[in-house]
Amino acid sequence: MSETVAFPQDRTCPYHPPAAYEPLREGRPLSRVTLFDGRSVWVVTGHPEARSLLSDGRLSADRQNASFPTPSRRFQGLQDRRTALLGVDDPQHNAQRRMLIPSFTLKRTAALRPRIQETVDRLIDAMVARGPRAELVSSFALPVPSMVICALLGVPYEDHEFFEAQSRRLLRGPEAADTRDARDQINGYLAGLIERKRTDPGDGLLDELVATRLETGETDIDELVSLAAILLIAGHETTANMISLGTFTLLRHPEQLAELRAEPSLMSEAVEELMRFLSIADGMLRVATEDIEIGGVTIRPDDGVVFSTSVINRDDAVFENPDALDWHRPARHHLAFGFGIHQCLGQNLARAEMEIALGTLFDRLPGLRLAAEPDLIPFKPGDTIQGMVELPVAW
Amino acid sequence: MSAVRISIDTGVCIGAGQCALTAPEVFTQDDDGFSELVPGREDGAGSALVREAARACPVSAISVSARET
Repeated sequence: MSETVAFPQDRTCPYHPPAAYEPLREGRPLSRVTLFDGRSVWVVTGHPEARSLLSDGRLSADRQNASFPTPSRRFQGLQDRRTALLGVDDPQHNAQRRMLIPSFTLKRTAALRPRIQETVDRLIDAMVARGPRAELVSSFALPVPSMVICALLGVPYEDHEFFEAQSRRLLRGPEAADTRDARDQINGYLAGLIERKRTDPGDGLLDELVATRLETGETDIDELVSLAAILLIAGHETTANMISLGTFTLLRHPEQLAELRAEPSLMSEAVEELMRFLSIADGMLRVATEDIEIGGVTIRPDDGVVFSTSVINRDDAVFENPDALDWHRPARHHLAFGFGIHQCLGQNLARAEMEIALGTLFDRLPGLRLAAEPDLIPFKPGDTIQGMVELPVAW
Repeated sequence: MSAVRISIDTGVCIGAGQCALTAPEVFTQDDDGFSELVPGREDGAGSALVREAARACPVSAISVSARET
């Protein structure tokens, strides 16, 4: 085999896998890639193999394991503190997840829809009042999920500039020191908030967890702070990226956009297809704890494993004509929310937010268009969650 | 589709809700978020989506087999 591909790499077009991943498509279902630090790890690119490995208990998500792979320089040095939920294995993961799932069921999510709609309407009203142009990330894509997760958790939205700025540093800080400091700042903020909730409870999920899990000793302050941080960050960053990149993608696919506008009932299928097509969490990480034989290779203990969802979700053995955006394909079995025990906890909330935000945006602003040269609009680097940095629009 | 036997391992279920999203006429979630069968639809109610729902489960908590008559 020739020289291995470097991973991760920046996308060349914000909605397609990096052109340099082309050999990985040829190398399905698994091949080798080289991380920034020179380490060689497995990359999973076949859809059935990814389903199987993401639900395999012999792969660990424990970020404190010394052999856990690091995707880039800025994420070095985070191993000193345990990351709840996405960074722990069962049985600990299961105990943490079970505290949270009642708040993220389809029923609870459906009950939030009027509130999401109201938030979306108000933000669009404000954009229209200031229009006819806007920077869509700061005026819409970010505030929608940020307001919704604040209300759900019981985090005061007045503090959004602080936690949004720290999340940005955590996910895209210039250096490892910033990433680590940003994490500590968010944790410190949430520890203070949780402390106040012990004496002055509100009606959010964090208040409920303080009353029913912290005071009873079922969890401790460190675990609760880490859970709160994951929920807050994942709750606003990921969906914001889907809204900004989803809008950009629709504006770059006028035929599919016209079809969606003519038939709004396609929206829930469109959200699944956008999830598949965009695969914004591209590069989920694991480390092997035992031998695993799969796809003609043997993964050994301490081997790093990375899942390139952008390539997996374009496996042409599973998705016909995978590079086309098509509302009529069965897209639901994409792995953009992950698979196995760590599959996204907030996926049903995210679906509701995406449907309402994108549906209402294109409905209310029929003349919506990009207000800058598409090639010059900045998007996020390859080692973090994909999305637009800015999105200048007009209508 | 004929009647099937569906079993749900709630010890494994992580409350992702994929079953209820895929085949809402057969699967629902209880107040704790765990998958359960809609009362009266325990045999799959002839839904073609039951097997699809089992496949959508991220932790393989659902098994579907042909019902012995």
